[in-house]
Amino acid sequence: MDILNPSKGKCGAEAAAQPEPARLDLETVRERLREKRGNELWRSLDDLAGTPEFQDFLHREFPRFASEAPEEMTKTDGVSRRRFLQLTSASLALAGLTGCTKQPNEAIIPYVKQPEYIVPGRPLFFATTLTHGGYARGVLAESHMGRPTKIEGNPDHPASLGATDVFDQAAVLTLYDPERSQSIVHNGRIGTWGAFVGEAGARLRALEALGGEGVRILTGTITSPTMAAQLQDLLARFPNARWHQWEPAGSHHGRAAAQAAFGQPLETRYDFGAARVVLALDSDVLTRGPGNVRYQRDFARTRRVRKDNLQMSRLYAVESVPTNTGTLADHRLPLPAPEVEVFALALAQALGVVSGGGAGAGDVLADARAKRWLPVIAADLKANAGAALVVADEYASPATQVLVHAINQALGNTGRTVFHTAPVEVIPANGADQVESMRQLVADMNAGRVELLLMLGGVNPLYTAPADLGFTQALQKVDLRVHHGLYEDETSEYCHWHIPAAHELESWGDARSFDGTVSLMQPLIDPLYSGRTAIEILAVLFANRADATSYEVVRDHWKTLLVGDFEAAWKKALHDGLIADIPATQLPPAGASMAGGAAQAAASAMVRSLQQVRQHPGMVTLRLRPDPMVGDGSLAPNPWLQELPKPMTKLTWDNALTVGPAMAERLKLVHEDMAEVTWNGRKVKAAVWVLPGQAEGTAELTLGYGRRRAGRATGLGFDAYPLRTTQALWNLPGAEIRPLGERYSFASTQNHHALESGAEEIPLAGNEAERRELIRTGTLEELRRHPDFIQEEREKPAPDETLYPPVEYKGHAWGMAIDLNVCTGCSSCMIACQAENNIPVVGKEQVLRGREMHWIRVDRYYSGDMDDPRIHNQPVPCMQCENAPCEVVCPVAATSHSDEGLNDMVYNRCVGTRYCSNNCPYKVRRFNFLRYSDRDTPVLALLQNPDVTVRMRGVMEKCTYCVQRIEQAKIESKVENRPIPANRLQTACQQACPTEAIVFGDINDPRWEVTKWKADPLNYGLLEELNTRPRTTYLAKISNPNPALEAEHGDH
Amino acid sequence: MATIDPAPGTLPKPFKPPVVAPGHTPGTVTDKISSVVLRRTPKWWYIGFGVSFLILMVFLVSVSWLLLKGIGVWGVNQPVGWGFAIVNFVWWIGIGHAGTLISAILLLLRQEWRTSINRFAEAMTLFAVACAGMYPILHLGRPWLAYWLFPYPNTMGMWPQFRSPLIWDVFAVSTYATVSALFWYVGLIPDLATLRDRSRKRVAKVIYGFFAMGWRGSAAHWHNYETAYLLLAGLATPLVVSVHTVVSFDFAIGIVPGWHATIFPPYFVAGAIYAGFAMVLTLAIPLRAVFGLQDFITMRHLQNMGKVMLATGLIVVYGYTMEFFFAWYSGNHLERFTFLNRITGPYRYHWFALIFCNAVAPQLLWFRRFRTSPFWLFVISIIVSVGMWLERFVIVITSLHRDFLPSSWGMYKGTMWDWGTYIGTIGLFLSLLFLFIRFLPMISIFEMRTIVPGGQQGGEYTDSPGEQA
Repeated sequence: MDILNPSKGKCGAEAAAQPEPARLDLETVRERLREKRGNELWRSLDDLAGTPEFQDFLHREFPRFASEAPEEMTKTDGVSRRRFLQLTSASLALAGLTGCTKQPNEAIIPYVKQPEYIVPGRPLFFATTLTHGGYARGVLAESHMGRPTKIEGNPDHPASLGATDVFDQAAVLTLYDPERSQSIVHNGRIGTWGAFVGEAGARLRALEALGGEGVRILTGTITSPTMAAQLQDLLARFPNARWHQWEPAGSHHGRAAAQAAFGQPLETRYDFGAARVVLALDSDVLTRGPGNVRYQRDFARTRRVRKDNLQMSRLYAVESVPTNTGTLADHRLPLPAPEVEVFALALAQALGVVSGGGAGAGDVLADARAKRWLPVIAADLKANAGAALVVADEYASPATQVLVHAINQALGNTGRTVFHTAPVEVIPANGADQVESMRQLVADMNAGRVELLLMLGGVNPLYTAPADLGFTQALQKVDLRVHHGLYEDETSEYCHWHIPAAHELESWGDARSFDGTVSLMQPLIDPLYSGRTAIEILAVLFANRADATSYEVVRDHWKTLLVGDFEAAWKKALHDGLIADIPATQLPPAGASMAGGAAQAAASAMVRSLQQVRQHPGMVTLRLRPDPMVGDGSLAPNPWLQELPKPMTKLTWDNALTVGPAMAERLKLVHEDMAEVTWNGRKVKAAVWVLPGQAEGTAELTLGYGRRRAGRATGLGFDAYPLRTTQALWNLPGAEIRPLGERYSFASTQNHHALESGAEEIPLAGNEAERRELIRTGTLEELRRHPDFIQEEREKPAPDETLYPPVEYKGHAWGMAIDLNVCTGCSSCMIACQAENNIPVVGKEQVLRGREMHWIRVDRYYSGDMDDPRIHNQPVPCMQCENAPCEVVCPVAATSHSDEGLNDMVYNRCVGTRYCSNNCPYKVRRFNFLRYSDRDTPVLALLQNPDVTVRMRGVMEKCTYCVQRIEQAKIESKVENRPIPANRLQTACQQACPTEAIVFGDINDPRWEVTKWKADPLNYGLLEELNTRPRTTYLAKISNPNPALEAEHGDH
Repeated sequence: MATIDPAPGTLPKPFKPPVVAPGHTPGTVTDKISSVVLRRTPKWWYIGFGVSFLILMVFLVSVSWLLLKGIGVWGVNQPVGWGFAIVNFVWWIGIGHAGTLISAILLLLRQEWRTSINRFAEAMTLFAVACAGMYPILHLGRPWLAYWLFPYPNTMGMWPQFRSPLIWDVFAVSTYATVSALFWYVGLIPDLATLRDRSRKRVAKVIYGFFAMGWRGSAAHWHNYETAYLLLAGLATPLVVSVHTVVSFDFAIGIVPGWHATIFPPYFVAGAIYAGFAMVLTLAIPLRAVFGLQDFITMRHLQNMGKVMLATGLIVVYGYTMEFFFAWYSGNHLERFTFLNRITGPYRYHWFALIFCNAVAPQLLWFRRFRTSPFWLFVISIIVSVGMWLERFVIVITSLHRDFLPSSWGMYKGTMWDWGTYIGTIGLFLSLLFLFIRFLPMISIFEMRTIVPGGQQGGEYTDSPGEQA
């Protein structure tokens, strides 16, 4: 009311007392702005803002600010431009100017629907590309009236096939993040693009004569063909300039291994669909790395057991730290990190890939169980030669990876389940080794040979560079330091210039995915914070294209490459989101063969290091790994990712030094106590997390935390980078861990207070989960012998065991089924739900109090011995019970049943007794204990899904089965006078799920997949003995153990 | 029937101490009780009221902060959706029970010893219900919409959801509050008239006179009064049972193991009476000492209340035992786990403390030595009040904190605002109590007159101080 309904009294009187300035009303403002578009509009607003008429206009029209603004203005002796714009932008947007969305000026092509008519309330989907560590995933961005609100996978893109990972889902939040840098910074002050181009350009012109001597460019891993061409041209024009790369969490060892094995840095990719037996060696290949979404999909398809398909692949996992991949393994063997590598050696010996040096196969192994397992696994792999797959950790030592390449080759897997292709990334002239590249750069900087250092694409070497290089000191010897990134960070603080980067959803560009497929990036929105792309910077500075836009650069690049009618091909590429057939950009398998003796050399190297390991019993190996949620730390400012529980620990807002229960006891480490890690004289303090299933002798600390300058992420968790040196990037043998005795508190979403209530809570929870049959399990053999064994175990009360009359669902009856057999626990569903349903983030302090808001969660249970447990994942959305216990206890009928079987939540009616939540056996209800939704930051309003209510403080909320999508589908079917096509309607969690573990649909209609799943003998309901009649049901987790190992493994 | 010193040798066995100390006449009774109200305010009252009022201000601050920030300032969470607010609600409601029981049921049963304690027990009920009644509103996520729980014609076209026990609560508690208030007020009318006639200040005369509603003590007045009082007693009697039965439904109707039990209604009612008598003792013992009312609130009263506590306490212990027995006997794993968790889980110390307070300590009341010692009775009554609070804490929190899915288990801890609100309501209770003892006769004058020698059963309005019948 204060904005749209100005009160005349006070302001009118003031205005009358002063000399009347020229009248300016909304019409005039509109008039003046009418001919302007896009960026020009903002410039003219700037111009307008200074005029007295405009101030008066504001005073009269916006009394809400009239009380605030004069004080602010007098304080700064006139109009503070910044403050002024802050105050006015929202009001102007309301006043009908094009303030809320910024459409790009160039034509972009929608994925499914033509953009001629933007129908208010109807989203458009555009194919574009997001990159992680340089590698692309094709996605569809949902755009509501020009605002991207949600990311979905691009079903046509080979790295996605319609699914996404957590990073894709989180991208929209980064896009709108008000903490992104919003202006060019020059020596700590606001600068201008012109001044930057002037200064850097002048410097470059001066250096051009010297062939670009002293010019250095530092980027992350680059797969963009356009940028590759730009860099190539640049290096041709400035032959003495150098391009360096540093991707902190890149595949440094993978490249080195490929170099050793094949003599060139080949890319390795897998086809899980063709593999019948998989051995993962400390590798979380299913949920990490550029191909993970695709791998999950392929793998899941080999594990989908149904009554008419009693076949499944077998997965062995030998690992030191529990991984998502390990949770699905039929046999999981925890071994200390160095022993896993030894296992690879032993396997190579057992398969005759390398000679055992006279000793028998398995003699190198120390662990008795590993000795027994080795021949069995080797035999199984051999029996399935050509359809087997051995996967090494991409962070494992190069020697291990070489051996694994050799094993795959010896088994005939190469070319069938494993492919080596030309590198996807662009390899600079100075070699693929990024560590070496950084070393050179630092050496050059120290020697004073670098005059201009351009750090593009958000690289943050001050935080991520190997600690022994001394990057910070070296950097200060560079004359002109330029940083380009989404955020002002540790590095930008030491730079003369910081240029805000455009987010990928604001950019034109291109990138390759793990298999080489090129997809185009098209902007969904004009840069919100005047960001620039790296492509633009390169074009402006080095190609003398002063007014080049990235659109032109990318288009020009493809103009020469796309065959046939360019316009048509370009449109198709944009529409499809990938350049598939003109020419196909997927890289063909390279017929590379292993260099002779590479495997044997690797084996001897391993034997040597093995002796060292054996000489130090009780030695601790510290693994450094990218964090499952914030990666190398560049994603740390994203609150969705911070609050997304890490799959194994369910930890939020922190990283932790994880150790196994046995080692914790040996080293006297206490859960949630601080400890000091020392490696080679370098020390880091971190709090300990005792993780069941983590092997003795192995500790892990993830990278990406302890940021020093990252807005809200500053100071969260513990910085592991000080331990990370060029000698050891990932595995630090011989680390020492010493308890410090100080307490720390972790905010975990499961078993929040495991420690407070005694260390027994986690095993107790596991036992109880088993006792209550929350996760029903069985083996393939059992299922073959006795297909109905799950059905016979079920305690399903008869439908008439209620006093209420039975309800018949005549029309649609919505239901969901979740296949526990393929759920990896990757948590994409959680964050997809968060994005779709405007779920707020609550922060560490509230998570500590047990108030996280996720509508779907992934429960993790352990069963068996805590040193070697079986680990289960169980996604839990609302069960939409037909006899819902929540409904009968609500005093105001705020939660009630729809005639389609949805347990609806009416926010407006909720008074917040929380009785429904108490009475919900599944505890899926979430309460707004405080005002969690951010309604004060205008830019975050753009992020919200307009089809979903933003909840206020004091109301209950929960999973709705994405009722907005259901209603949309129903409206469409009504308009088009046809039934909802089977399997077309998807919930957000289902759509994001890489393994297709979730299906949703009309259980009254046999055409829907969900109906088939529910008829399967593996189908069961959670706690169905309570007669809640849940609409969400689960398919039991079936394992395919090797009979030769079964006796040894008990129930596994 | 007046109790007089019985002749030696005619003592009933066991010995029953008198309801009123010997030597009192209707005149001395009136003098003694009304003088508490009519003489100058003693200094200690200001101190007592001041401290209570300060505590009440804690309530003001806590509630203001709560309304400003939301329910999140409390410790409630997932999975423990109800915390101190519901614990305190049930606790206060339970405390209120003794008043109604003493007033109504003992009146109907013609237990004349109730006479000297019923007035302040009723007042206590009223104040306890006032304290209790605030919690269900304050604990709402959106307390400003609490009126949606009432069935009133509205533009939304919505009824409340009558299947919810919370709606039953609304009716039960509001009925209880109304009847208790009426009962108390009606009982006060003859005494208000006495105060009107005796007070010397004009203002007091007007105010007491207004509330005495023109009472003149005529036979017709007495007739109507007696009828009304008996009717109200009849109305209030089922409430003693119904209110806490309905409150227990809040839990028993839920499916949470530890809540879902048919024993809850009787067990809650017994617990309420138990807690109520404990609170009456907690208040009566200091009051009689301070005001020198040992003659009216005699050892017989204290002993009787001790006996009631012992009896109801044993019922409560029986309830605990049956809960455990049926958890085992049902063969239901979830039930068994919940009760095992009570005694071995992270809240085991609460449970042990509860057993000590409610089951062990009151066993002292078997012994006359403790039953006749105001000091020990006071100590035991405090222990029982704490125990009953713990009982509600154990029921509400330990049942919720580890229910069906182990993934959702959590812990609950009251925050400073939880404590502030709780202590604040104690401040409210004490403040009201201080106002009550200052401005109203804490013992029913006219009823006392009927039980001293010279008084008449049925009451007769007498005003002159020295008059004896």
